[in-house]
Amino acid sequence: MPAASSTLEAATGIALQQYLTVAAILFTLGVFGIFLNRKNVIVILMSIELMLLAVNINLVAFSAYLNDITGQIFALLVLTVAAAEAAIGLAIIVIYYRNRGSIAVDDINSMKG
Amino acid sequence: MYSAIVFLPLAGALIAGFFGRILGDKASGILTSLLLISAAVLSWIVFYRVGFHGEEARVAILPWIAVGDLQSSWSIRVDTLTAVMLVVVNTVSSVVHVYSIGYMSDDDMQPRFFAFLSLFTFAMLALVTADNFVQLFFGWEGVGLASYLLIGFWYHRPSANAAAIKAFIVNRVGDFGFALGIFAIVYIFRDVSFDTVFAAAREKQGIILDVFGYKVQALTLICLLLFMGAMGKSAQFLLHTWLPDAMEGPTPVSALIHAATMVTAGVFMVARLSPLFELSPVALTAVTIVGATTAFFAATVGVAQNDIKRVIAYSTCSQLGYMFAALGLRAYSAGMFHLFTHAFFKALLFLGAGSVIHALHGEQDLRKMGGLRKAAPITFAMMVIGTLALTGFPFTAGFYSKDMIIEATHASDAPAAHYAFVLLAIAAFLTSFYSWRLIFMAFFGTPRDHHAFEHAHESPFVMTGPLFVLALGALAAGYVFAPAFIHGDVAQFWRSSLAPVHEAGPAAEAPIWIQALPTIMMLAGFLIAYVSYIALPGIPAWTVRNFKPVNAFLVRKWYFDELYHVIFVMPYRWLSRMLWVYGDGAIIDGLGPDGVSARVLNVAKGAVRFQTGYVYQYAFVMLIGVVALVTYFAYPVLASYFAALLPHRGTV
Repeated sequence: MPAASSTLEAATGIALQQYLTVAAILFTLGVFGIFLNRKNVIVILMSIELMLLAVNINLVAFSAYLNDITGQIFALLVLTVAAAEAAIGLAIIVIYYRNRGSIAVDDINSMKG
Repeated sequence: MYSAIVFLPLAGALIAGFFGRILGDKASGILTSLLLISAAVLSWIVFYRVGFHGEEARVAILPWIAVGDLQSSWSIRVDTLTAVMLVVVNTVSSVVHVYSIGYMSDDDMQPRFFAFLSLFTFAMLALVTADNFVQLFFGWEGVGLASYLLIGFWYHRPSANAAAIKAFIVNRVGDFGFALGIFAIVYIFRDVSFDTVFAAAREKQGIILDVFGYKVQALTLICLLLFMGAMGKSAQFLLHTWLPDAMEGPTPVSALIHAATMVTAGVFMVARLSPLFELSPVALTAVTIVGATTAFFAATVGVAQNDIKRVIAYSTCSQLGYMFAALGLRAYSAGMFHLFTHAFFKALLFLGAGSVIHALHGEQDLRKMGGLRKAAPITFAMMVIGTLALTGFPFTAGFYSKDMIIEATHASDAPAAHYAFVLLAIAAFLTSFYSWRLIFMAFFGTPRDHHAFEHAHESPFVMTGPLFVLALGALAAGYVFAPAFIHGDVAQFWRSSLAPVHEAGPAAEAPIWIQALPTIMMLAGFLIAYVSYIALPGIPAWTVRNFKPVNAFLVRKWYFDELYHVIFVMPYRWLSRMLWVYGDGAIIDGLGPDGVSARVLNVAKGAVRFQTGYVYQYAFVMLIGVVALVTYFAYPVLASYFAALLPHRGTV
């Protein structure tokens, strides 16, 4: 393990903990973006994107740290999924706007019990 | 052959009941009628063989109930008594089936009707061929069910439903006693087979039962309980109220069930169990008193009724009273002979009345009839024949059987014999009066309701044809069969099917005025009816005006319905209402389903506040949930992991 950690640090000059910290901050931003946001559904999509990116950073960092290529391949997979999800999400929002004339989060409450 | 007689009607009922829609109306009627006619022909053959050639038969069908040492199997018992009943039931039933093809031709539920008729016939046959008490009970309840279904056949009429329920419930009262009687028999005899019970009856005579502190002779108790069932089924005094209401059913049903066959089940049962009743003088006296009272009571009520079918219904009630009075005085053969002849002329009268109603398009009120003699001559002739037979005109069927009963009451020295003699003689007079009153009001005079009369017409042949068959029976049954049934070698004819009665033929000893009495009574009734309704038509109105309370008493049927309403119906309703509102509504529903569902609603109302519909709130709740779950499950794992990891931290 020490040998592996040194490769990452040697190549980039940045320790694993710093990557993880950035990823954690990004993830937290994403989470709060979802439920503190009252304005726009697009912001929710962006927040989800942010959380996925945070996960990707984690994957790539661990992949380099452990010298295991699987993590990076998985990160590429997540990117693909994220792109598809963004496409679908935006399409839904477009349709929703056409139907309701608004994509403000406060207006979307037709699931109210 | 015996099985065929019993099961052909069942086959008809099943076919018409399940495939009636495919077969169609006409085909169902014709099929069931043909099956019934075959059964009737076979019955006459059986009657001839059993009655006059001394054959007897037991046909085992299948073992039925085996509980402990109580064995009850299903077998057909054919002796003279059964053969007589087979003839009565199947003849009347086949005639009624044929008649119904015409009478019900406008109805749109004919297959159902024929299925019920055949089902009834099967149940009645099961009753009369019973070889043990359980089988008897099966038939007994079967005819009760069929009667209920047929009275309520026109179920869209509330009055028909009420009458059906009334018939069923009043019969339940009787059946309660009947069932208790059977239980008592099982308790005392440890067997339900007729033969075993009859054989053991004499030695069980001394057994005393303790019933609620009263010491009662077991056999007397059994007989009285069983007779209670007979009173219900045969519409005897106190349990008679259902019979007149049962006239709500279609008229062929009244003819078959409520005149000729089912109501005679009680008479049959007492005759069948005559070896038991023979051993209990108390029960015999009770039978006599109830029978004579009914004969008198129903005849008085019949005088004042205005519905043509109700008059005949009360007449039935009254004639059943005659039969019971005869049985109670141990004149079993006379009672059974009256049952036999009565079936013909009463079915004839009912089907004739049906023909009248058919002609007048459903009009049943005698006061609106009149003058039908010319419009429906065949029906008129048939009704007159029926009336002659009922009133006991010489050499018709009723002449032999009814005179025999009155003579028997005179000859008997049993405790209630004089009571029965007086009441039955008066009833004979009343019978003649109300019967001729019916004829005069319906067929003579001028039409009182021209609207109904204009379209009056004779019924088609499919309806009048059966009347001819019954008329033949009403005229000839007495003359032809009296020698065998009551006059000749009675013991040779009935053999062991009735309890042997050792007495000299009362007919020979009766003084001439006793022999003539029924005929005198009949003539008196006829003359008074003639004077009141033809010669001086003002008399009935004058009588009604001047004897208002008496008239009201008779029109309201001795106030029995009102009395029962106050004594039984009202308290029962009150009790039911209390149980419904408080017992069921407040306690069971309140604590049970309603209470639970109300609590569920309360909880749900609280839970619904969580569902705001805002996505970000849901997301927040999910996050909290995930955090909580992860914390809960992962904490132990993470704690040990970090505990292992931390010491190495410095080396990383």
